[in-house]
Amino acid sequence: MTAADIVKEPSMLKQKEMIAHNYDLLTSAEARGQKVASTFVPGNLNELIRCFGLLNNLPEINAIQNGMRQLSGDYILEAEKRGHSEDVCTYVKADLGMMAKGNLAPNGKPLPKPDVLLLSYTGCFTFMKWFELVREQYQCPTIMLQVPYQGDGQITQNMRDYIVKQLKEEVIPTLEKVSGVKFDIDRLREHLAASAKAEDDLVWVLETGKLKPSPIDAYFGGVYYIGPIFTAFRGTQDAIDYYRLLRQEIEARIAAGLGPITPEGTMAKQKYRLVVEGPPNWTSFRELWKMFYDEGAVVVASTYTKVGGTYDLGFRHDPNHPLESLADYCLGCYTNRNLPQRVDLLQKYLTEYEADGLLINSIKSCNSFSAGQLMMMRTLERRTGKPGAFIETDLVDPRYFSAANVKNRLESYFQMIDQKRKVAATTGVHA
Amino acid sequence: MRCFIGIDLGSTTTKAVVLDESCQTLGRGITNSRSNYDTAAAVSKQEALINARFTLLRRELSGLPGIEETLESDLASLERAFRQVQFLDQLDDLEATCRHGATHARFLTQKDGIEAALSEVFRRLRDEAGRMFVPRAQKKSDFFRDLAGSRFISLAEGVSKELKVNFEVLTNLYDKAIIEVENRPPSGAIDKKFLAALETIRAKGAKSFDSPEVAARVRQALSLPLEEVYVVGTGYGRVRLPFPKEHIRSEILCHGLGAHLMYEGTRTVLDIGGQDTKAIQVDGDGIVENFQMNDRCAAGCGRYLGYIADEMQLGLHEIGPLAMKSTRNLRINSTCTVFAGAELRDRLALGDKREDVLAGLHRAIILRAMSIISRSGGIRDQFTFTGGVAKNEAAVRELRKLVKENYGEVTININPDSIYTGALGAAAFAQRAANA
Repeated sequence: MTAADIVKEPSMLKQKEMIAHNYDLLTSAEARGQKVASTFVPGNLNELIRCFGLLNNLPEINAIQNGMRQLSGDYILEAEKRGHSEDVCTYVKADLGMMAKGNLAPNGKPLPKPDVLLLSYTGCFTFMKWFELVREQYQCPTIMLQVPYQGDGQITQNMRDYIVKQLKEEVIPTLEKVSGVKFDIDRLREHLAASAKAEDDLVWVLETGKLKPSPIDAYFGGVYYIGPIFTAFRGTQDAIDYYRLLRQEIEARIAAGLGPITPEGTMAKQKYRLVVEGPPNWTSFRELWKMFYDEGAVVVASTYTKVGGTYDLGFRHDPNHPLESLADYCLGCYTNRNLPQRVDLLQKYLTEYEADGLLINSIKSCNSFSAGQLMMMRTLERRTGKPGAFIETDLVDPRYFSAANVKNRLESYFQMIDQKRKVAATTGVHA
Repeated sequence: MRCFIGIDLGSTTTKAVVLDESCQTLGRGITNSRSNYDTAAAVSKQEALINARFTLLRRELSGLPGIEETLESDLASLERAFRQVQFLDQLDDLEATCRHGATHARFLTQKDGIEAALSEVFRRLRDEAGRMFVPRAQKKSDFFRDLAGSRFISLAEGVSKELKVNFEVLTNLYDKAIIEVENRPPSGAIDKKFLAALETIRAKGAKSFDSPEVAARVRQALSLPLEEVYVVGTGYGRVRLPFPKEHIRSEILCHGLGAHLMYEGTRTVLDIGGQDTKAIQVDGDGIVENFQMNDRCAAGCGRYLGYIADEMQLGLHEIGPLAMKSTRNLRINSTCTVFAGAELRDRLALGDKREDVLAGLHRAIILRAMSIISRSGGIRDQFTFTGGVAKNEAAVRELRKLVKENYGEVTININPDSIYTGALGAAAFAQRAANA
């Protein structure tokens, strides 16, 4: 298949333009005198950053871009040459390697030096170390927002107050200092209102996975759908427009009874409905997706599409409670939830989305995601009676993707579902 | 006769199983996987069909009065004679291919010498062939490449000195020719080879096949058409099989079902093959409930033992028995093939005995398998161990120890034909698909 054959819908083209424009803004920031904040996807405070006229540069997104563009392998080698070991998170190494090799954005121009590092700590320990390394390189101000982990599976008022206090006393004053712009809470309210609008449409889109046939793929397609809201566009008119457009497209697919769109066109048959846990593999993204749609496997719900916010559980950014809602947003991110909460969420998906089973993509270099995944799978098998399976890949290290191994496991899993169905059909016992 | 065939294309060997209508095994065949999976599939299938003829012969002749005493030994002689006919046939092909290779322009000046040397090497190979197929002959392998290869090199060395022909030239010709020969299935009609083998053993005095009634039954067994109703492929090379998609099954499912058919009580299956290790949990009907396998790296798989054997300049079949002689527990930490090689050399340099190091390496591979088993849900009674490594007694010893330590008393099944487990499961799927 050539690039020209790949089907692009208007929403995809719109997102592509948004991303390209954002990179153009980033790479011209220094020349234009605009300041830049670096921050991570989970718990990102995009609305707040925008209040200070700062641009938002997301290192994991750069790593993902480089993974999909087949550049991460070289960057990782470069980082390893500089002393980062093989088992370190490959987002980190791809980012550090990219910085070492000219820090070029997809438009071929160098990314700017950050003016501030804003770490909103939401469960990933590696993020802290990552910014320590970046700080060492750029010697810029660093803000660390301590978000309490939901160890007991609930958000208390204390936790919320603690975050709000930090926002008031630490985050906002530092951003004011870096940007030279005074904080305006009404501006924040406007951005939050805009966020909520887009979030409504995103949730509507993700929940169409409950339909049969599903008009979306909530993992491979889903990572595109979460793009704008998880990154630099939350709280912007662009994001509102993108989600409105996407929603219209999916409404049309539903009306026409169509399945999700894949790089090779509309998926015709849907034999297996799966829930997927874990981030995707980015270096062989297309190849992995093909292994699903070739077999008629559609992902109806995934947890990865919740790392930047669990909007489908009801959370919305709220202009009436601006700082509190930023606190709740950070506390509720998927990576900040404890294992029982993750199991409950997956169980909800398996049941409500009427899935055939759970597939876990266990990421070699991501302990934060992988720890406990096997236990989660067992618990869910026991609770739902639905079969689970495990594949092992990596984020952006191409060396850790073995197509034959993954395909073998996937095919075995799909055939296992078939076998179980046959047994259920003959005995009348349904899993 | 309606036949259902399963073919398991492994990374090292390709296996085939033929089942009859009642799901009884008629025949099994194995060959090396080579670089050409189509040929490997064709050869293993042909081998299984040949083996099926012997089963049919045995079925036809069992219980016939007057031959009870001699039948089994005569059938064994017949099989050896058949193998010899087949071997000589392939040897003819190999010689013709070597001779054709020798016509290349670059050999022009040495043409006569090379031809004379090839004639002499192949004459000696044919002379020796009889000894390879006597009862209880020790053979390192059943594959033509190994059988012919090791003797060719050895004989060519002597002949090249005697006839003053460059030894390298002979081995080059052989290397090129063997690839061609093994990539085309043995030619010639199988029934003709059977008849030739029958003549040979009759001439040597085999009694069982003398009477007209037996002769008629033999003809009956040899001429019965074997109809290939449905073929299912599995194993790593399955996508390369020239089969439609519905004729392909995952090896996880095939191993699960195959193990269930061998031992009905099986609940956990461990398969250690050439390049992967699989732990499979099955229900009472052989249906897979869960599985785990090694990830991107082949550490702790059959190839690991192959690599170790190479490092120690031993045959793969020799390392198990040598490890059994170990008297000391030596801990080898690495299942990484490359690290283990380094650790092995290090240990030997420090003066540790080869058998102790080997026993430690066997333990390391089984430890790795134990980890995969526990991730799949642990061991439930009964436990069936399959794959090439199940033939290695030192690996089995370590497995028994570790199973007992971790899971207590568990029935451990190891079938002598466990290498055919995946192919058996595939054949059973073929039978089910055809009768669905």
